Amino acid sequence: MSLPAFAADMALSARAHRVATVAAEFADPVDRDGRFPREAVDAMKAERLLGIQIPTGFGGEGASITEIAEVCSILGQACASSAMVFAMHQIKVSSLVVHGADSPWHMDFMRELAGRQLLVASATTEAGIGGNMRNSICAIEVDGDTCRLTKDATVISYGAHADAVMVTSRSNEGAAPTDQVMTVFRHGQYTLQKTVDWDTLGMRGTCSDGFLFQGEAPSAQIFPKPFAEIAAQSMLATSHLLWSAVWYGIAADAVLRAQAFVRAAARKAGGTQPPGALRLAEASNQLQLLKGNILSGLKHYEDAKLDSDRLSSMGFSIAMNNVKLASSEMILTIINQAMIICGIMGYKNGTPYSLGRHLRDAHSAQLMISNDRILGNTSTMLLVQKPDTSLVG
Amino acid sequence: MNETIRELLTRVGGLPVAVTELEDGADLYAAGLSSFASVQLMLGLEEAFDIEFPDNLLNRKSFASIAAIEQTVSHILKAREAA
Repeated sequence: MSLPAFAADMALSARAHRVATVAAEFADPVDRDGRFPREAVDAMKAERLLGIQIPTGFGGEGASITEIAEVCSILGQACASSAMVFAMHQIKVSSLVVHGADSPWHMDFMRELAGRQLLVASATTEAGIGGNMRNSICAIEVDGDTCRLTKDATVISYGAHADAVMVTSRSNEGAAPTDQVMTVFRHGQYTLQKTVDWDTLGMRGTCSDGFLFQGEAPSAQIFPKPFAEIAAQSMLATSHLLWSAVWYGIAADAVLRAQAFVRAAARKAGGTQPPGALRLAEASNQLQLLKGNILSGLKHYEDAKLDSDRLSSMGFSIAMNNVKLASSEMILTIINQAMIICGIMGYKNGTPYSLGRHLRDAHSAQLMISNDRILGNTSTMLLVQKPDTSLVG
Repeated sequence: MNETIRELLTRVGGLPVAVTELEDGADLYAAGLSSFASVQLMLGLEEAFDIEFPDNLLNRKSFASIAAIEQTVSHILKAREAA
């Protein structure tokens, strides 16, 4: 292979497309059986996508949020569950990259993650907190060099398939519910006892079962920064942006299928405009709006990311919340439009125009961090924060 | 000013601990100040001191402790005097 050909072959988008080909092949069985997308995740590891966000100094590629979002969108067009597993992993890695760079244990873990392509899961939700991950009931017990934690985690996406889990808890037995820390537990340092089955409408392959988590690890694995800072400065933005990128992928594939349907109809119609053509034009308009929404959010984050004051400002939180709200609502409109275009061929499973899986997967978007909760938070902030009225800046 | 801030914190802070037991430098978020309560606190401060927080001060740091709030409010009052 020539050097330019090798470079093209190793480009992030080329690697993502190769993974997407694998993910697409198994998307239907993964969805039908609600099983982990093992083949797609193995392909991510083989293409070394799990460590791309790690800085080059630690053996990664220092990929930007925009590059990672592009991978999420490519995977989302093939299999939303695989894409969401990738996105959730990268959200955890962002905490490591942003907040672990001055802790020797976390630096070593970054090197190993990049080297061995470790998959990281998240345990932030807990029975009894009412869905608000900024509160914990469980408390970590630090006993000299060792820490212990038991958590009734109602959701740990792909928990049974991960190489490590990042778990939130109160910082000590006497701490307030909001005084939280996050700890990395490695496979072998914890047990998971399944308490809730993930049998859902969509996103079935994320295997987001509930578990009783019990772990014991060296205390050095606790992030040195409070979780409140981690949540505000890396999790909030990366979650909303990368989820939105996955959702964009789902909607984009739906529009692609609708276009294929209209095009096939146009060939048969011999010169007359097929009935779905106008709706397709509308769908493409909505998809472009969605793209604009996400791209402006990505730019906002790239501009703010070096300034921790800006990242923890209300204006920034509102902007990220708005990206999530708009993306999660708009994809349903777009996919529904595509469904009307494809008609019964879209409604049926197993046709080239099937949209059932897209629609079911997309319905998770409004619920993963409920839009009502996000609207509530934004409305509170707008009591003091002026809305952003600038067009460019 | 310190007293007014403490009174407001007691009224709208919803903290699980007594405000009198908090040091001026104590981390209010760690003490249990929620984002909703912090906004209520800001509105209370705006009313009490007849000020308006500019957008660049609406971040966690400005309201992280009683001392930080004092500093933020003094900063705004001073800027107004200078104007």
